[in-house]
Amino acid sequence: MADVVDLLDVVAVIGSFPALAGATLRVEPGEIVLLRGPNGAGKTSLLRLCAGLLPVVRGSATVCGVDLTVDRRAVRRRVGLLGHANGLYADLTVAENVAFWGATVGATRDEVDAALVRLGVGGRLAGVPVGRLSAGQRRRTALACLVVRRATLWLLDEPHAGLDAAGRDELDATLRQAVQAGATVLIASHELERAAGLATRTVEVVGGQVVGVAP
Amino acid sequence: MSVWAVARRIAAKDLRIEARSRVLVNQVLPFSGVVMVLFAFALDKASSDIPRQVAPGLVWLATVFSLLVMIQRVFAVERDDGALDALRVAGVTPAGLFLGKTIGLAVQLLALDLVLVVLAVILFDTAVAGLAAAGLLAVTVVVAGTALAGVGTLYGGLAAGAKGRDTLLPLLMLPVVVPVLIGATRSTEAAFGTGGIGMTEGWAWVALVGAFAALAVGGGALAFGALLEE
Amino acid sequence: MGRAMPAPSTTRNVTGTRFTRGLGIATLASIGLLAVLGLVVTPADAVQRNGVRIMYVHVPSVWLAYLAFVVTGVASAAYLWPRTRSLTWDRIAGASAEIGVLYVAITLVTGSLWGRLSWGRYWVWDARLTTTALLFVTYLGYLAVRGLGGTHPQRARRSALVAMFAVVEIPLVHFSVQRWNTLHQEESIAKGEINGLMLFAIFWGVVAFTLLYVWLLLHRQRVMAMEDAVEDRGLDRALVERRAEALVGRT
Repeated sequence: MADVVDLLDVVAVIGSFPALAGATLRVEPGEIVLLRGPNGAGKTSLLRLCAGLLPVVRGSATVCGVDLTVDRRAVRRRVGLLGHANGLYADLTVAENVAFWGATVGATRDEVDAALVRLGVGGRLAGVPVGRLSAGQRRRTALACLVVRRATLWLLDEPHAGLDAAGRDELDATLRQAVQAGATVLIASHELERAAGLATRTVEVVGGQVVGVAP
Repeated sequence: MSVWAVARRIAAKDLRIEARSRVLVNQVLPFSGVVMVLFAFALDKASSDIPRQVAPGLVWLATVFSLLVMIQRVFAVERDDGALDALRVAGVTPAGLFLGKTIGLAVQLLALDLVLVVLAVILFDTAVAGLAAAGLLAVTVVVAGTALAGVGTLYGGLAAGAKGRDTLLPLLMLPVVVPVLIGATRSTEAAFGTGGIGMTEGWAWVALVGAFAALAVGGGALAFGALLEE
Repeated sequence: MGRAMPAPSTTRNVTGTRFTRGLGIATLASIGLLAVLGLVVTPADAVQRNGVRIMYVHVPSVWLAYLAFVVTGVASAAYLWPRTRSLTWDRIAGASAEIGVLYVAITLVTGSLWGRLSWGRYWVWDARLTTTALLFVTYLGYLAVRGLGGTHPQRARRSALVAMFAVVEIPLVHFSVQRWNTLHQEESIAKGEINGLMLFAIFWGVVAFTLLYVWLLLHRQRVMAMEDAVEDRGLDRALVERRAEALVGRT
């Protein structure tokens, strides 16, 4: 089976700064790959590049069978990205947010409800505007939005941030279930112990490159 | 989802957000009202008939100023928590996004203009004489609102791409809306009967604004994806 | 560009060629001749007296301004058309817009001075004047969009689209302003006695300003290409620095 992510010597810039300076990474289907590395190493940029948000300046990149150098928009829909920001509308309720993002892939009402329950934001919380939630509850809502998107490649940037112990367990369980259903996951995280238990492989990102397999 | 399905969802979402947050009602409407009153001060209401004559123009000037505020709000909603990125990753078609935001903005402009027309009647002693005039005014408000919403969304999207571009929006947008400002003002004058132009000419101006609206909405739907892409 | 230039390399770092040097000399000579024609050879007008001499600068500059914006429009369309997509078109569009803005500025200044002399007012609200002023602001906006940053293709696509909007919008603006206010005088050129010599001076002004336009365009476009190249080379240097972080990080 073809690799889900196949980056070769990828350079990507933010302004004139080379956020990625020749990154090479291959990820097979079903893997949960942990990206670790210091702040500013390029982890976030790597995830955004895979999501088709950053253009490839040099090198070659294929994600989910789509050549990003040809048309990076085509990869969208197949990937789900949870960035530093949650991508939620503060004035809409939890349920409305999840339903809105679910609608982009034609998710049914049942699927939306299931996602709400799975991330522990169903019931009474579902009717509360997101702007009134705690940071952890917002993170859970964002994850529920990701779940209803049914992406083949999940790109998670510090997904544990802000979550309490129960939330982290739910996140881990959700990711395992997604992989069982055929998804592949890339996680950038500083919570090494937490994420390492989940990951099938860990790689280190430094200086805009993937410098190798960490022990 | 089809372009129209996306547009409907985006417009419904934006209008729902407005219904909850009431930024238009609580902030933009009072702002435009203050602008109208300030115009009266600047034009020396006591000693002349000038405010009555220029009232139609003031309505549309206040609309354009309020539009600048509204565009920033409408795109701040997408930018505050990274929703714009999420929309892009979700593969939402840019044409649908453009049309949705344009419709949402047009509906809000419609509400704004109804209030401004009433204000013009109250503050500047103007009147809409007869059903034909009311019809002309209603069509003007709808057509000009659509044109302004289209242009606003187009340039707002360009300015929304990154921070520090907000100041660019007035420079780009104001020269472009000149035909709408002129056309809508003339046909409103015809409806108010203050500018010395007849109803027929008023309708001709509405047609001009309509052509502009078609260009702005059509061009925006085509170009929005490329403008939004960073 | 504030950045330090990289060490001198084998690439040529001048924008002049034998052709542009010849063109530059021809431009200077023709402008000199224009000055002689406009200030000495042509007679003063019976009505406008010496004020008429402003025309020899004003009329050519407005023609060249419109030409420059047409070139910007055509070059932008050429960039957007996939088969002719090239950053050279983008740079030609940008360079031409800069020169066009310069010519519009000259047009507005000379026009208002002339208006003061012959109408007693710096400004009248006629369609041509108003459209020209809006043209000025519109292309200032275009240049601001060019300065927004991003990669070169991003800059090119964004600004090409804005230029296309301007092409569509300018006729609408002109038409609406014309309908709005038609108090205007007739073509100013047709007023008064214009003899063959004066007409020739105007024609010569167009020739001289066209030469100047082409000369500026070639140089500016090449400077822009060099700026882009410097940025690309800056990326190479930045990449080396960025990669070095990995070496430090490992030891």
